[in-house]
Amino acid sequence: MILGVIEHDRGKLNEASLEMLTLARTLGSPLEAVLIGADAGPFRETLKEYGVTKVYEVQHDQLGEYAPRAWGTSVVQLVRAKSPQAVLAAGTDRGNEVMAHVGAALGLPVAANCTEVRPGEGVYEVTRLRWGGSLLEDAELHGEPKLLTVAPHALSPEPASAGEVAVEAFRPTLDEKDLRVRVSAREEREREGVPLTEAKVVVGGGRGVGSAEGFKILEELAHLLGGAVGGSRVATNNGWRPHSDQIGQTGVQIAPDLYIACGISGAIQHIVGVKGAKYILAINKDPEAPIFQRADFGIVGDLHEVVPALVEEIKKRKSS
Amino acid sequence: MKVLVCIKRVPDTGARFELTPDGQEIDTRNLEFTISPHEECAVEEAIRLVEQHGGESVVLTLGPEAAAEQLREALAKGVDKGVLLETDGSEWDPVATAEAIAQAVQQLESEQGQGPFDLLLFGNESADAGYYQVGVRVADRLDRPCVAGIKALKVEDGKARAKREVPGGWEIYELPLPCVFTVKEGINVPRHPSLRGIMTAKKKEIRRLTPEKPTMQLVKRRLRKPPERGGECEILGEGVAAVPKAVEKLKEIGVI
Repeated sequence: MILGVIEHDRGKLNEASLEMLTLARTLGSPLEAVLIGADAGPFRETLKEYGVTKVYEVQHDQLGEYAPRAWGTSVVQLVRAKSPQAVLAAGTDRGNEVMAHVGAALGLPVAANCTEVRPGEGVYEVTRLRWGGSLLEDAELHGEPKLLTVAPHALSPEPASAGEVAVEAFRPTLDEKDLRVRVSAREEREREGVPLTEAKVVVGGGRGVGSAEGFKILEELAHLLGGAVGGSRVATNNGWRPHSDQIGQTGVQIAPDLYIACGISGAIQHIVGVKGAKYILAINKDPEAPIFQRADFGIVGDLHEVVPALVEEIKKRKSS
Repeated sequence: MKVLVCIKRVPDTGARFELTPDGQEIDTRNLEFTISPHEECAVEEAIRLVEQHGGESVVLTLGPEAAAEQLREALAKGVDKGVLLETDGSEWDPVATAEAIAQAVQQLESEQGQGPFDLLLFGNESADAGYYQVGVRVADRLDRPCVAGIKALKVEDGKARAKREVPGGWEIYELPLPCVFTVKEGINVPRHPSLRGIMTAKKKEIRRLTPEKPTMQLVKRRLRKPPERGGECEILGEGVAAVPKAVEKLKEIGVI
């Protein structure tokens, strides 16, 4: 049996869990899923579509809010009761955190952010992301069961129903150590404009922008195109942009229709954040900048001249 | 307050990686080394906490003798002491790394005889291996509460209040001390070492321990490059003269 840990938050199933299930069902059968702190009801149909034949609904009165170790302990107790060959979760913040607790309790490593998994006798061959996806590692994963997380966006979620899905209640025994860490409150952020990860056009600024004020014209360009503004690590570390705008290995990964890279040299840590973009337009005054090797279109020039001219030209076209 | 921060020595990569011919490592012949980015922020957080609350900070790494360079960097920024868990430089899997760190923490704590470190800080994941689990494993091994991937931290009245960024907002966690966090870049902006800091760091103590290497259960076979994005870049022109052509392109691809 292959067990998938389903990630959800306040009634919403995480898309990355569907990618995980798509990979999980290639490893063996049956495919079963564990759902913690939520009723299986609303998720049942979707899980069935993705080939899950049984859902373990973990029931406990203290699991209304996310509690990392309690989630981990619940999975561990289910593993001990049902002996799956492999346990998978999405390679998200939560998925990696829960699996780390599972791995710690079982004394087994977790292969985080796998893109491919080839099951074998006693050993799995996995391909996993290193350097945020700038490099791939082929590795051997030992231990029983195999523990792994699936890199988000590594594959497309594809439904493949296996017929019916059963729901079975599972009651874990949780102690104070499991329950002392949990979400105790939440803060909502006020949203301004389109979120970076959902924008169809993203205008990114790097070292060449030079200051927080320098981003104003990038904002204007983004606004004209109905997009959002992001920055390289240089831009956020210099305080020109808030850190939540950072695109790259230690920030967000985006997949817009168009990414306009302004004054960005093209360090590999930044490029892994934008490799999902359909088109990249690079504006940089250094014709040797590596960004031109990754871009589809390029303008060799000073962004402080080119971007304002671009804004004017788009305005002119829009009004005519 | 006593804070222990764990870091990793990683190559400071630029625009591209080259691999060694056997595919085992990044070719680092022309590269400098640095502290992995999330951990640089963990170091900064440790220094700030001690500046604010008094006490002592200790920086620890598991790696080759050369990793002492990264300990010195942290000491130059203001950390008080260093601990090197010296290895032959080969890669340790997350189980082995966490076990060695947990044992070292226990040893340091029992020698000090002043109870546990109030906080153990880690990076959310190392830039190179990206295991995403060492901090959590150490926490569970030592039976301390832990939250991964935090971007804000405040310690008050024996409690730590931490925030984790999620889509659309923040999750808030409150943990009793002693506890463990893995931090993400963005929690602070790390300082550069001062000249005076660099001088004082030379005199600071680096303790060396040699952990035993166990059998690895996650074994690297080789590294390889993923297929690269790209192909031909069409240069539309130089400076503002290229703008009309660029706007045509934007129309062509349907964003205007």
